[in-house]
Amino acid sequence: MAPALSTRSLNKSFGSLTVAQDIALELPQGVRYALIGPNGAGKTTLMNLLTGMLRPDAGQVFLSGEDVTALKPDARVKRGLARTFQINTLFPQLSAIESVALAVLEREGQAHNWWRGLPRFGAAIDEAHAILGSLKVPPTRLTRELPYGQQRLVEIALALATQPKVLLLDEPAAGVPKDESTSLFDAIANLSRSLTILFIEHDMDVVFRFAARIIVMVGGRILVEGAPADIARDERVREVYLGKAHA
Amino acid sequence: MENASSHFREKTRWRPLEIVFWLCTLLPFVVTPNYLSLASQIAITALFALSLDLILGYAGIVSLGHAAFFGVGAYAAGLLAKHYWSEPLTGLVVAALIAGLVGYATSHIVVRFRHLALIMLTMGLGLLLHEAANSASALTGGADGLQGFRVPSVLGFKFDMFGRAAYGYSLIVLFLCFLVARRIIHSPFGLALRGIRENATRMPAIGAPSRAHLRKAYTIAAVMAGIAGALLTHTTSTVSLEVLSFGRSADVLVILILGGAGRLYGGIIGAIIYMVARDQFSGANPQYWYFWIGLLLVVVVMFLPNGILGGARALYKKPQ
Repeated sequence: MAPALSTRSLNKSFGSLTVAQDIALELPQGVRYALIGPNGAGKTTLMNLLTGMLRPDAGQVFLSGEDVTALKPDARVKRGLARTFQINTLFPQLSAIESVALAVLEREGQAHNWWRGLPRFGAAIDEAHAILGSLKVPPTRLTRELPYGQQRLVEIALALATQPKVLLLDEPAAGVPKDESTSLFDAIANLSRSLTILFIEHDMDVVFRFAARIIVMVGGRILVEGAPADIARDERVREVYLGKAHA
Repeated sequence: MENASSHFREKTRWRPLEIVFWLCTLLPFVVTPNYLSLASQIAITALFALSLDLILGYAGIVSLGHAAFFGVGAYAAGLLAKHYWSEPLTGLVVAALIAGLVGYATSHIVVRFRHLALIMLTMGLGLLLHEAANSASALTGGADGLQGFRVPSVLGFKFDMFGRAAYGYSLIVLFLCFLVARRIIHSPFGLALRGIRENATRMPAIGAPSRAHLRKAYTIAAVMAGIAGALLTHTTSTVSLEVLSFGRSADVLVILILGGAGRLYGGIIGAIIYMVARDQFSGANPQYWYFWIGLLLVVVVMFLPNGILGGARALYKKPQ
């Protein structure tokens, strides 16, 4: 069975600055991966390359074995690759349920419909309501009026509404107080076990608690990939990253 | 789940104030029968502003060349009336189709740009069409305008000097187009447009083909602007080069900002205020009336950044 998400020799440079070098990944279905590394390691750049927001100079991205390198971001979402953003990238003047219903309608191919009123799309509205309910987000308040922690959950709700096979979470708890971040990751942990998740996170407690596998990036390259226990023991990782926190 | 659906029903339901507003649009027939020509000009301008609101207020496309579609509609209706037939309703349809075609063709360029580049691009397209119409004087009449035709009546109602038929015709078409615009705004497509306006970066990340949405919105707006242009032709039986001018594009932008963009009624309210103010100011001082329009714009933008309707809404919500 083809991995849910894989890459082959992914390369990207901005002028003389190499931000991704020979990235080769294989993420099987249903496994939760953490992507860690010091600032500037190229983690968010990798997410942008995977989702099509950046075009690689060389290499390929595969979704369930299909080469999606030439596809635009929205076409990759339609094939089951969703992401969240490190900095809230939401629809401030839409209510949470409008935002998520929009994502559901896009997925269902109904967002082009201009002759039927929104209340007639009850199934999409109910689905959006259920997603927000599962994350305990009040549905009818404007997104900009929600507390920051709940806005982070709307980020995840938007991604879930696309019914992804692979979910990329870019620092989902960024800016969220410690106690709220635990419940946020509990919500992530409770997502379907068939969903492949790759999340960027700096809090090592969270990483070791929620990830089944860890990928360590340094200077645009993958340094090592393995189980949390192996990563914790790896001397190279201790040196470049974990050394400061876990030495 | 009931709450979720009712949230959307609440947003789409007709409010009493809306019904009162549309009933008030009939008042000029009895209250100001001598100003029905002005009223029909207001209705036409309101439709033009409504079409701009669809792209600017809801999809975030700032255009300084929207008169291109108004002008195409006006000339299409005029040429049809001059060379073929003067029945106005089919003229409206033909003008809408031609303006829509031009809108669809240019939308492929326009949706690739944002911000300042977009403003310059739309302005350039507008100027281009203006000069094309000026050069093609054999067809358009050039700077003298298109003359020598007459649209005598609509559905048996004669266009007379009092403007009764003209206002009735313009008002009905405005109302029908408003119903279409209202339906669009409260549809999934309207929600997608608001999504693009709110955050164009996020839209591809939820699987939305933003450019396809924008092309459609731009084409629909062009159709409506074309209908507005055709209405002007039918009610005045002349087409001047001014229908394609930069000034008309700028005026409709001012009207929308005055009234409040992204509020459906903003363009209509803005058109009423702007056109009445222009009529009054130009009557008082024919040379310097733009001074007062400029002052009005400055005051509104400074104190009511979301336009008159935006200010009124903020005032209404404050005590709650």
